[in-house]
Amino acid sequence: MKVLVPVKRVLDYNVKARVKSDHSGVDLSNVKMSMNPFDEIAVEEAVRLQEAGTATETIVVSVGPAKAQETIRTALAMGMDRGVHVQTDEDLEPLAVAKILKEVAAAEGAELVVMGKQAIDNDYGATGGMLAALLDWPIGSAANSLSLDGGALNVVKEVDGGLQTVKLQMPALVTTDLRLNEPRYASLPNIMKAKRKPIEAKTPADYGVDTAPRLKTLKVTEPAAREAGIKVADAAELVNKLKNEAGVI
Amino acid sequence: MAVLVVAEHNNAELKDATHKVVTAASQMGGDVDILVAGKGIKDVVAAAAKIDGVRAVIGVDHDSLERQLAEAMQIVVVNLMDGYDAVLSPDTTSHKNYMPRVAAKLDVQQISSVTGVESADTFIRPIYAGNAMATVQSTDSKKVVTVRTTAFAAAGEGGSASTSDVDAGVGALKSEYISEELSKSDRPELTAAKVVISGGRGMGSGENFKLLEGIADKLGAAMGASRAAVDAGFVPNDWQVGQTGKAVAPQLYIAVGISGAIQHLAGMKDSKVIAAINKDEDAPIFTVADYGLVADLFKALPEFEAELTKAGY
Ligand SMILES: Cc1cc2nc3c(=O)[nH]c(=O)nc-3n(C[C@H](O)[C@H](O)[C@H](O)COP(=O)(O)OP(=O)(O)OC[C@H]3O[C@@H](n4cnc5c(N)ncnc54)[C@H](O)[C@@H]3O)c2cc1C
Repeated sequence: MKVLVPVKRVLDYNVKARVKSDHSGVDLSNVKMSMNPFDEIAVEEAVRLQEAGTATETIVVSVGPAKAQETIRTALAMGMDRGVHVQTDEDLEPLAVAKILKEVAAAEGAELVVMGKQAIDNDYGATGGMLAALLDWPIGSAANSLSLDGGALNVVKEVDGGLQTVKLQMPALVTTDLRLNEPRYASLPNIMKAKRKPIEAKTPADYGVDTAPRLKTLKVTEPAAREAGIKVADAAELVNKLKNEAGVI
Repeated sequence: MAVLVVAEHNNAELKDATHKVVTAASQMGGDVDILVAGKGIKDVVAAAAKIDGVRAVIGVDHDSLERQLAEAMQIVVVNLMDGYDAVLSPDTTSHKNYMPRVAAKLDVQQISSVTGVESADTFIRPIYAGNAMATVQSTDSKKVVTVRTTAFAAAGEGGSASTSDVDAGVGALKSEYISEELSKSDRPELTAAKVVISGGRGMGSGENFKLLEGIADKLGAAMGASRAAVDAGFVPNDWQVGQTGKAVAPQLYIAVGISGAIQHLAGMKDSKVIAAINKDEDAPIFTVADYGLVADLFKALPEFEAELTKAGY
């Protein structure tokens, strides 16, 4: 079974986003960028499937700027076999990315796509669902655990009320939630080895995909600021303030 | 202009999230209809017809919709979209599951988790864990929008919408529902509660969450948690509040043993009043808390409960 894992290079999760003073977007100059954390979980899951002998080949793909290559290398250092880099300097919307990924999945003959449930920069949470629909594949969203069951895939999903299990016919798409696994750190020898693994260079045009944006960003602003309040001395004062000052209990 | 709102329900009861999405839909202008897709949904359809400002309620009853399987929901919604300019749903997990599929099939870019409606094509949505707010205008002919329900007031009752049944049109699917493990609780739902009390890694164990229960009982609060507390197995996954969990905006949010990471703040900083108990006076949670108590939670929680008792709770 060939497993495809799409990954995105995003602002590191420990860095607080700063809005540009001209309100055109978020300032990404000179800030730490990393692989989207949910994608790391997807990479880990693919590598585990390969270690278990289930996946025959694991392919990582990133649609993004030149530096997205580093993100692909990270996935290769974690153990994936080879990469595809679809290079573009535009900040593509999920629909355009899903259309490109559909072509990549077809070209690679992927039978399973594992990807993050959301990217922590734009927070759309849409690319996985869109890709599944474009491929006419079933989806297991926000996966908490996976298991192969003959030719089918059982996915335990995190849902609003708890956990839900669905059974998907293959080929299928799974989006990862935080509890699916704990991604490994790449070892130094594996980082060295990853440098020799192949990355195929592509562009959106190679796949004939129209990537024109559908949304116009009119402005990006700071959220309403919250003032820090006061410190109370003890539990009695806290109850008193909540009851008599704030009136919320 | 006509907007379709997909109802949130459990086949027996209509959820308040629906009323909130109706408010968002009304702000776009035009007629608002509600889709109730499920199994054995007569009561839900009747309840939806009573929401103020709704023109019509469409009931679609099918086995595959009992658990709102993504593939089935996609088919049902897409089939209805000839008659609509936009479809809106709550941004809860059941709808996040299929709305991107609907958008892709309609060749539309989804607009996720909107917190504001400027016009029929322009919306405000949080990005980067709510550290920036983007105002986006859609150029697509149809809009596919999920709504952060905590940002909208619930539409009232008193309507009398017409109701009709529509065939699901769902054939063989490539996925099936197997089972569900729902956390049982008599407490209010996290996203709808007036008071939420959440515990973090500082709670130390699942057992220690008992210290929060007495307080939650007295205040009629829902219970939540940080990711760290969920990852550690203290409490179930559906308690997670934050960027990648649930967004809450209660009258009062009490954070106990939670440091206040960006990702946690994203899910609770729109609460009206925030109280925090943490032994580290430099914890970032205090930068958003209206009332901060620097104390060991194992001492402070029993005292807090006792003080509530004294105050008549
Ligand atoms: C992709 C991604 C998504 C994420 N999504 C979410 C999300 O949705 N929600 C979320 O919450 N997090 C999320 N996180 C995790 C987030 O970054 C933090 O790691 C997490 O919120 C920390 O949880 P915490 O505050 O409970 O733990 P910690 O940061 O460890 O804080 C524990 C706090 O407890 C205090 N404490 C300890 N003992 C006591 C005591 N006896 N008395 C009083 N105080 C005490 C400490 O002073 C400390 O401030 C996400 C992270 C990533 C990478």
